[in-house]
Amino acid sequence: MEMIKVKIDGVEVEVPAGTTALEAARLANIDIPTLCYLKDINEIGACRMCLVEVEGARSLQASCVFPVADGMNIKTNTPKVRAARKLSLELILSNHDRKCLTCVRSQNCELQDLAKNLGIDDIRFEGERYDKPVDSLSPSIVRDPNKCVLCRRCVAVCRNVQGIGVIGATERGFDTNIEPVFDMSINDVPCINCGQCIAACPVGALREKDDTEKVWDALHNPDLHVVVQTAPAVRVALGEEFGMEMGTRVTGKMVAALRRLGFDRVFDTDFAADLTIMEEGTELLDRVKNGGKLPMITSCSPGWIKYCEHYYPEFLDNLSTCKSPHEMMGAVVKSYYAEKNNWDPSKVFVVSIMPCTAKKFEAQRPELSATGHPDVDVVLTTRELARMIKEAGMDLTKLPDEEFDPALGDSTGAGVIFGATGGVMEAALRTVYEVVTGEPMENIEIHAVRGIEGVKETEVKLGDMTVRAAIVHGTANAKALLEQIKSGEKEYHFIEVMGCPGGCVTGGGQPIVKAKTYMEKDPKVVRAKAIYEEDRDLPIRKSHENPSVKKLYEEFLGEPNSKKAHDLLHTHYTQRSVY
Amino acid sequence: MELYRSHVLVCGGTGCHSSGSADIIEHFNRDLKKYGIEKEVKVVQTGCFGLCEVGPVVIVYPEGAFYSRVKDEDVTEIVSEHLVKGRIVKHLLYHDSLDASQEIKSLDEVPFYQKQERVALRNCGVINPENIDEYIAFDGYKALGKVLTEMTPEEVIETIKASGLRGRGGAGFPTGLKWEFTYKAKGDKKFVACNADEGDPGAFMDRSILEGDPHAVIEAMTIAGYTVGADQGYIYVRAEYPIAVQRLTIAIAQAREYGLLGKNILGTDFSFDLELRLGAGAFVCGEETALMASVEGFRGEPRPRPPFPAVKGLFGKPTLLNNVETYANIPQIIINGPEWLQSIGTEKSKGTKVFALGGKINNTGLVEVPMGTTLREIIYEIGGGIPNGKQFKAAQTGGPSGGCIPAQHLDTPIDYDSLAAIGSMMGSGGLIVMDEDNCMVDIARFFLEFTVDESCGKCPPCRIGTKRMLELLNKIAEGKGEEGDIEKLVELGEGIKTASLCGLGQSAPNPVLSTIRYFREEYEEHIKDKKCRAGVCQALLQYTIIEDKCRSCGLCAKACPVNAISGQRKQPYVIDQATCIKCGACMEKCPFDAIVKR
Amino acid sequence: MKTLKELEEIRQRTLESVNLRKDRTGTRVVVGMATCGIAAGARPVLMAFVEEIRNRKLQHVTVTQTGCIGVCRLEPMVEVYLPGEEKVTYVKMTPEKVKRVVAEHLVNGQVVREFTIGAEEKVE
Repeated sequence: MEMIKVKIDGVEVEVPAGTTALEAARLANIDIPTLCYLKDINEIGACRMCLVEVEGARSLQASCVFPVADGMNIKTNTPKVRAARKLSLELILSNHDRKCLTCVRSQNCELQDLAKNLGIDDIRFEGERYDKPVDSLSPSIVRDPNKCVLCRRCVAVCRNVQGIGVIGATERGFDTNIEPVFDMSINDVPCINCGQCIAACPVGALREKDDTEKVWDALHNPDLHVVVQTAPAVRVALGEEFGMEMGTRVTGKMVAALRRLGFDRVFDTDFAADLTIMEEGTELLDRVKNGGKLPMITSCSPGWIKYCEHYYPEFLDNLSTCKSPHEMMGAVVKSYYAEKNNWDPSKVFVVSIMPCTAKKFEAQRPELSATGHPDVDVVLTTRELARMIKEAGMDLTKLPDEEFDPALGDSTGAGVIFGATGGVMEAALRTVYEVVTGEPMENIEIHAVRGIEGVKETEVKLGDMTVRAAIVHGTANAKALLEQIKSGEKEYHFIEVMGCPGGCVTGGGQPIVKAKTYMEKDPKVVRAKAIYEEDRDLPIRKSHENPSVKKLYEEFLGEPNSKKAHDLLHTHYTQRSVY
Repeated sequence: MELYRSHVLVCGGTGCHSSGSADIIEHFNRDLKKYGIEKEVKVVQTGCFGLCEVGPVVIVYPEGAFYSRVKDEDVTEIVSEHLVKGRIVKHLLYHDSLDASQEIKSLDEVPFYQKQERVALRNCGVINPENIDEYIAFDGYKALGKVLTEMTPEEVIETIKASGLRGRGGAGFPTGLKWEFTYKAKGDKKFVACNADEGDPGAFMDRSILEGDPHAVIEAMTIAGYTVGADQGYIYVRAEYPIAVQRLTIAIAQAREYGLLGKNILGTDFSFDLELRLGAGAFVCGEETALMASVEGFRGEPRPRPPFPAVKGLFGKPTLLNNVETYANIPQIIINGPEWLQSIGTEKSKGTKVFALGGKINNTGLVEVPMGTTLREIIYEIGGGIPNGKQFKAAQTGGPSGGCIPAQHLDTPIDYDSLAAIGSMMGSGGLIVMDEDNCMVDIARFFLEFTVDESCGKCPPCRIGTKRMLELLNKIAEGKGEEGDIEKLVELGEGIKTASLCGLGQSAPNPVLSTIRYFREEYEEHIKDKKCRAGVCQALLQYTIIEDKCRSCGLCAKACPVNAISGQRKQPYVIDQATCIKCGACMEKCPFDAIVKR
Repeated sequence: MKTLKELEEIRQRTLESVNLRKDRTGTRVVVGMATCGIAAGARPVLMAFVEEIRNRKLQHVTVTQTGCIGVCRLEPMVEVYLPGEEKVTYVKMTPEKVKRVVAEHLVNGQVVREFTIGAEEKVE
């Protein structure tokens, strides 16, 4: 790569040609403020926070999109630059609903950081402000236009990364709004509830629908058995909400916190993940052997499921009929476990702690109520759990490590890796291989399916059959793959799709990562690394070896895909309109 | 071929069209038939003559009789008298077109045209824009022939560079350089585009060229395509210009029929074709990157440059984008040589510029003058001065991006650099004249209101900053201005100019800043004395009854819709200022001029 | 598909037609076209001039009309103005006479004396 030399505030740095001034400045240890910039996702030079002076250029340049050239002299801290940045920021603040004290993003807000760092002590140009209704109709996403800074990060994620584009700029000038078309609620457009927009939002304009009150109420209700389960991705991210390094595993502390919050049972969704592998693996083999619809596509990700229902209904029959793991868990708790403990299923309250906002919508699906009651009563995101822990006055970092409750708290490494893209595939292959060939898999770490590449492919020899598999994450990648399948360009037996890029570790319900952090590390990679470490540290790493899963089949379900298993653990899908 | 003794040219520009020129054409044809001379006299619909103020305009050749404000019934007289009997109907002629001895002057001698030099507009009002043969007759497609058979792309670029032509869309970037950049850019595919998204309030230069001489633009774009290596061009034209769109559509079809567009143009191995893209009228789409986003089907929003369109333009490919008027210059530069353009204009601004004259001026319309013509010449000699003997106050050039030029700069020669030096800009060529009845705060507010509406909303300085400026101006106009407001306006204005993403925001404060620069005392009067000297800002006005003049007739009290006027017989009436809504009804009704507004 | 040569042909052909729209310079032929002139046959005379001038490609000549020239009995009357020369008035014109006037006067500069008003008045 061609290297060039540029001078930034007098410091000479050598960078590859094509590097932006923003990146080059970082190499010179200069942190240029940004707001609309989100690495690789939103690079549009809109917010004017990152303006710099380029010697010889007529006007100030947005460093986030300005490619440096050899010998260029860039100044990031001149009076002109500072005045321009401050003015833009002051103007943004003048039209911002500055209820910082009561904002969910208080102290985790990029706008707040900027105001502090740029020394804004007064807003001189007050005037008319947005006064628009908050859209809280969606079970997953709440949109507060009065806090929106029009950075377009959410728009870029939704359109470019997810290939959806249900939010965009409407109107113009001061009336410009980021919203769905025709004044519609986000609930009434083909939004898949993935929450990537929330993860991209630098302020409090987009947030999850807060369901913590429902959980507090349940916890304080003596008539209810309140059962909580946690998805694998939560344990590698929750610590970030308490100032811990990204990628820190807090499984034991999380369990301790949940128990202290007053949950009657603390179970692990990983158990249900193992159960999913049993059901889904069996379903796959059945489809392959008996000429069922192929490729079979995984159904764990509710964002992906809704995407498929809206945009690719022709693939609904390809979806595995398996419920997602936490829904299986809910169904098992309210049937098998309730029975065993003599609980009235109507008095069992299941809470899922998920890295995901789409699960909130999923839990409300009427078809997911195997016992006549919703399989899952409330879904909380990782962020909501963190808020509950804080409200209860606990410092997660100081809690002891505790174990999940027995039986439905037992899990394997295969269940844990569901949290990262490729994990479901890897877990499934570990089991299917041994089931089909009857011999142990030599190396159970299948690196071909790991990593953050948009589309991954692998072939596995199962006796005399070769299974062709693909893994995609992020719905734009899914879209591209489905198109290739439709055109006949690609052919697979089994596909894993995760709605969010990176899979669940970077789901829309996970701790918010600031744009600055994205410039240093990729949470998709860092959190996934923790997931795989968790897998490595577990004694059992294959789903079919989970003793409690085996016991569940022996005592209750019979065998995978049995009638009872179908009644409790499988579901169906509905085509949904686009507009 | 038909042979005619007379041609009746009827202006079919948008201005004359909306004042009924289509009916006039029909009436002419009907009457010619009635007299059986339809084979002797030809009626031709042309593009704009420029003197829109007196439209609909009809010129009868060979006499060159210039009939103005032609009404339907006038047609009967022109046919029976002039075309049948050869007697020019003098009372229907444009007043300035007769000399002292009541003889018809040649058009060149009419004051409105005398100082003009028509380059971009040369065919407007002369040819039938829907007839390619007429364009060809006036040397049309000669330049294309020359380029394709005798010139290399490099030679074309050298010619344009040597001519000194600069972009007529506003910023005045050297056209030849732009062509060279696009030519040198690497790319498997390149595009040529024409910016016909004229959006300044009151400006209609580009529309008139497209309506009157569409082939000039098509020919120039084809030359550009050959030069930079593009085989596809787009004309981005406002959907609000239906006549221009229709004529372009016809012209493109004719050019294709003649093989002047399409495969193997004029038998060479060069192929090029054009497509129209209709814009929905967002002002910001005149900004090149926003225009390209719109052509590609996205929301019309600008993006930062670099990369410039010459490197990464339409669909990510190198793209040459010029405006209509710039293109209209190209064929003649090729035919007449670069020295010809060099001979017109000033040192750094060559050629001519078309202006749309509007506001407080007698001859509103379209004029084309050599660069370096002074504002005074344009306003007083071509434009016929200010109506009703009023005093000139300022001229606004460059539309919402430009500034107001006060009387002290009337003798500034108009070119890119001198306008910039006095705080305005050439812009696309809108020229609005203001007299003593215009309030400069109000004018600034008018233009800012426009940009606030038209800001795309992408960057905060423009989206919020212009809004804040407008709020301050409203406050001042409403009599609520405070000490320090002017300074705030200046700080915001300067800040918005430095921090905004595109040309719209970078120039939006100009109307405010330039009026503060030259008419600060008017702002101060509004703020400190709560007075609007032009009597425009409603909130600062008072209607009062002059005691001496009032005859107590009571008509004013009857006219007042809010019962703000009271009085009794033989006593002067009084207006209750707290109740008055300043509608002016009383003043209109008063038979004794006893009510004044101040 | 047109060639350059064809374009040139279109140009020449159309020029003859649009040439009328140029401002008046050069030679002018003015035909009296009041009621008297028209009754006496001025229109065919006018058209004959137009056609003859086109046939001979006399691009510097314009043919215009005027009202009554004043000597109604001598209609159709035609005035010819050559730059820098005295006006010549032809009377009792016919399309046949037009051909000679064009050939001799407009092309070769020789006034056709026998058709002029002077000659006519002498005869009377």
